[in-house]
Amino acid sequence: MAKSKLNWLVPAVVTGSLVPFASIAWRAAHHRLGANPIATALNQVGLLALIFLLASLCCTPLKIALGWTWPPRVRRTLGLCAFFTALCHFTIYFALDQNFALASVWKDVIKRPFIAVGFAALVLLVPLALTSTKRSVARLGFARWQALHRLAYAIGILAVIHFYLRVKADHTQPILYGVVLAFGFALRLIASAKKSRDARLRAATRAAAR
Amino acid sequence: MRKSARPPQSSEITAPELYARRREFIKSGALFLGTSAALGSGLVSLSSMGSADPPVAPPPLPEPPKGAAKWQVSRRGRYPANEPQTSYEDITTYNNYYELGLSKSEPAALGFRIKPRPWTVQIKGEVARERTLDIDTLIGWFGLEERVYRMRCVEAWSMVIPWLGFPLADLLKKLEPTSRAKYVRFTTLFDPEQLPGQDSRVLKWPYVEGLRIDEAMNPLAFIALGLYGAPLPGQNGAPLRLVVPWKYGFKGGKSLVEIRLQETEPETTWSRAAPSEYGFYANVNPAVDHPRWSQASERRIGELARRKTLPFNGYGELVADLYRGMDLARYF
Repeated sequence: MAKSKLNWLVPAVVTGSLVPFASIAWRAAHHRLGANPIATALNQVGLLALIFLLASLCCTPLKIALGWTWPPRVRRTLGLCAFFTALCHFTIYFALDQNFALASVWKDVIKRPFIAVGFAALVLLVPLALTSTKRSVARLGFARWQALHRLAYAIGILAVIHFYLRVKADHTQPILYGVVLAFGFALRLIASAKKSRDARLRAATRAAAR
Repeated sequence: MRKSARPPQSSEITAPELYARRREFIKSGALFLGTSAALGSGLVSLSSMGSADPPVAPPPLPEPPKGAAKWQVSRRGRYPANEPQTSYEDITTYNNYYELGLSKSEPAALGFRIKPRPWTVQIKGEVARERTLDIDTLIGWFGLEERVYRMRCVEAWSMVIPWLGFPLADLLKKLEPTSRAKYVRFTTLFDPEQLPGQDSRVLKWPYVEGLRIDEAMNPLAFIALGLYGAPLPGQNGAPLRLVVPWKYGFKGGKSLVEIRLQETEPETTWSRAAPSEYGFYANVNPAVDHPRWSQASERRIGELARRKTLPFNGYGELVADLYRGMDLARYF
């Protein structure tokens, strides 16, 4: 009993992640999404994708700051949730909002920074989702796999910018998400600086002992 | 009840390792349920921030104010839009009125805060006589007529709204503008008690909008005091607001307390906040995109497919002459 197995954790995260989708579906069926249900669903699913993305990026900082070992165990699940939710967000935009008007969507993507940034984040999520299995880590080798998955940092920044550009006047929410992201990056930087300093110290002691 | 004599089959006997782990099993189950419920509700509330649900019951139709003797429609149906009207519920629960909240649904919840009577409008600037007019005096002067107008929001959605009010031109003529009156400036109420959103500094309060005098004199420009035959609810700009159907919705200043005629172009709220995105003219124009999104099409509230946006919101025949020779991409 001393060592917790936490085998309930990942199923719980998956189940909990499905709740907001169930909620949106229920409200859509009962006309509870307001006068512009497509816009409401689009915005809420988009924000949800950003939340999953930032949650997956917070796992390592949480471990660094608090010594918790469970966040890294749900990191992949959260990352995959972010990808599927972002895909869902794009599908709502493409199918329901733009009625499959491929030409106008493509024009939007290349002409409008706000949409281009969001689209880039989605495209960059694809290779990460495809290489999310343990087998991919083995195939690529850990160093290369890790380098590839550092893309997640860039995707996080793009997603926050996409949210910031979407807002008309009140930037409080996107700024708060940006602060969370920046805080996570700061913790990583501090940890890696400490790690390289420790390595240098160890090397120096070894050299001195020789 | 007779006890079964049959002994339990071996397959029904709980395996000893499961029996031993039953506490752990129950504990894991509880942790699973607790975690998924907490995560699920957290995600629902985080992701619906800023786009909160509409109120469960639509607000009741407001009562006509006491003492408004002329609260009847005098002339009906000039410039009708031959399109289905947006439902009262949608018109009154999907609003951009930042002084009552930044989401679309908040204004409907806080609209009751606006006290529509007593209400006066200050007339200032380049007129024969500066004065303060009571809203019921205005209704007495001009009566009320119904106008069914398309309303195109700059955010690429639209509605069809049966307004009740009088032409702005009627009022301006009565005020006798001087020859120096080139522009009309409309100011919204400043009172954080009634408009709690004014405690936040997302825009510069009070909200100011403006028209060129010839735009203001166009018969389409309208002062609305009601919709669907009843006084305006707070969230729609009670007790009186500007409606300029060939321009984006934000040109229609709500809950007006001052109308000033002046020689210079007024600085308006949104063009001050983001001059590259919102111009003084703000004519509906599918050919001139907002920097962040296309204005070529729109979603009519209540419809699934998008509609093509029409130049001047479909009122070009009546207003295009106002802009003859102007570069509308420059003066957006």
